[in-house]
Amino acid sequence: MAREYKPRVVTANDLFEGDTVYFTASQSWSRDHAEAIVAWSQDAAETLLAAAETQQDKVVGPYLAETVMDEHNRPQPVHFREVFRTRGPSNYFHGKQAGA
Amino acid sequence: MYIYNNFDEAFVRNRVAEFRDQVQRRIDGSLTEDEFKPLRLKNGLYLQLHAYMLRVAIPYGTLNSAQMRQLALIAERFDKGYGHFTTRQNIQFNWPRLKDVPEILDLLADVGMHAIQTSGNCIRNVTADHFAGAAADEIEDPRPTAELLRQWSTDHPEFQYLPRKFKIAITGSPNDRAVTKAHDIGLRMLRNEAGEPGYEVIVGGGLGRTPMVGKIVRAFLPKADLLPYLEAILQVYNVSGRRDNKYKARIKILVHETGLDEIKEQIEAAFERQKRDFAGPSADLVAEIEAAFAPPVFDNARSLAFEQAQADDAGFRAFVETNVAEHKNPAYGIVSVSLKPVGGTPGDATADQMRVLADLAERYGHDELRISHEQNVILPHVRKADIPALHQQLREAGLATANIGLVSDIIACPGMDYCALATARSIPVAQEISRRFDELKLERDIGPLKIKISGCINACGHHHVGHIGILGLDKAGRENYQITLGGDGTESAAIGERTGPGFDAEDLVPAIETIIETYLELREDASETFLAAYRRLGAEPFKQAIHGDRGGRARAA
Repeated sequence: MAREYKPRVVTANDLFEGDTVYFTASQSWSRDHAEAIVAWSQDAAETLLAAAETQQDKVVGPYLAETVMDEHNRPQPVHFREVFRTRGPSNYFHGKQAGA
Repeated sequence: MYIYNNFDEAFVRNRVAEFRDQVQRRIDGSLTEDEFKPLRLKNGLYLQLHAYMLRVAIPYGTLNSAQMRQLALIAERFDKGYGHFTTRQNIQFNWPRLKDVPEILDLLADVGMHAIQTSGNCIRNVTADHFAGAAADEIEDPRPTAELLRQWSTDHPEFQYLPRKFKIAITGSPNDRAVTKAHDIGLRMLRNEAGEPGYEVIVGGGLGRTPMVGKIVRAFLPKADLLPYLEAILQVYNVSGRRDNKYKARIKILVHETGLDEIKEQIEAAFERQKRDFAGPSADLVAEIEAAFAPPVFDNARSLAFEQAQADDAGFRAFVETNVAEHKNPAYGIVSVSLKPVGGTPGDATADQMRVLADLAERYGHDELRISHEQNVILPHVRKADIPALHQQLREAGLATANIGLVSDIIACPGMDYCALATARSIPVAQEISRRFDELKLERDIGPLKIKISGCINACGHHHVGHIGILGLDKAGRENYQITLGGDGTESAAIGERTGPGFDAEDLVPAIETIIETYLELREDASETFLAAYRRLGAEPFKQAIHGDRGGRARAA
């Protein structure tokens, strides 16, 4: 039986800074998970990932990560690893959480 | 200390220039990531969760003050004001930008350092006893051998594409502080009955997914035979190591699957062949390297300042008890500076702290510093009479934590706070344990205890050889931690035993506390260490304590 599809976003690391980035509706990259475009079907996910993979001059290692919508209908990370990637390390106030 | 000659200098500068060009070509789009990744890894540059990470080798853990100051400068200018010392005697910078890395490498080359072979399937940074050249129990300083191995292995054309990474550690003391039995090759210096120097050669140790204690393939190898013998081991591995399965590609699996007797025969046969082509380094080269590690000129003037300060100051006395080890010269001590303050990140030092350590090494320590695999900094040669003043200055810099070898002297890998491979976080666990035991004020009563934490199965935090080992895993989308007990990384090496199901993060520290309470209740007296008690009692009472009462505060997940 096919596994139930769960909505996904495409995420990667910025080539120059290494920061986590998310693929957007305008086929560019945002530092903000909430601005990611959501793939609501397997087909859409594959299409988005293929489009993201053409942008090797901007990002490294794009992949699909599960997402859920918050009360404002914005995509949020699901797995704890993806949550950490939206924040930065927990031992110092560095990375995204510091607005850097 | 070894200073680069013209050849080393030109080699490292050329590598920086080559990498500068490769980075430029990646940025302008001429190189794809698939093409660039192996090139950046050859130069120690990883891409982690939040940023790039540059891993810089500190060969055999030895630094001088100028090098430490340069690391401080790099931390300040290209990182966020700190660096992370690792279990492989490397330093990692967590926030460099891609375009800045060639400049960082140039700054490193200015002080005779590099990031070559800190990644990839090659011979990695050779590690050594952090008390090398100073320890009272030492037979011989292992660092000339380690430097010889660095020169031999750097860019060795035959060993750039091994089946998997390859780690060598060396100790010159019978008390193994370099975890030699958990390395691909471990070397223990010794003398034969005729008093000639040589090595016991241990092969096939390793932690990670399949932990194994290394096996002795040669009980005594004459010193002069070292390089051809190591080439023989590497040749056997290079030809027969499993390239079909990444998880079975380390030499430990080859040794295990081939059998010790058969692998010994293969190594000895290869050694006989190899010796005809390559008898080893020239005597001049060996002498040149050995001269670079000549001990400093010690000042043997007697003074009672050290004894007096211990009588006067309980804080200093506590510091001496844990952080000062016996030096081969009775007028000297080996001072360990803990990078594990209460609630701190194990192994992290700020740029300011690095500069303080550099200044103190220059003033009191014959300009020498060491980085230990236990993520602390050592001043190996300090006159006992100077230790009170040194301690005072460490105290002012927040570096006088007196906990070496105690419960809060925890090894922790970066875990999922930084590492792309991690399955759970390590640092917050270490922070919580150290805070909790500080509250309990039990640290001194508990005595020697090594807690080691890894954030994934690769075991960078050496959890398998922790007296208490903690392994962080992803269990159905939650961070979950397995506890092992009874591991030992010394000459009596042992792999820790799993206690049962893992614990969720909120239940983990209470479980650790329960294990330690159980030890305190069951030990014969305060002289029986945790490890000794565990060996006498076995795992059962500890398992019972943490899992027996599932309604208790330490619930199993």
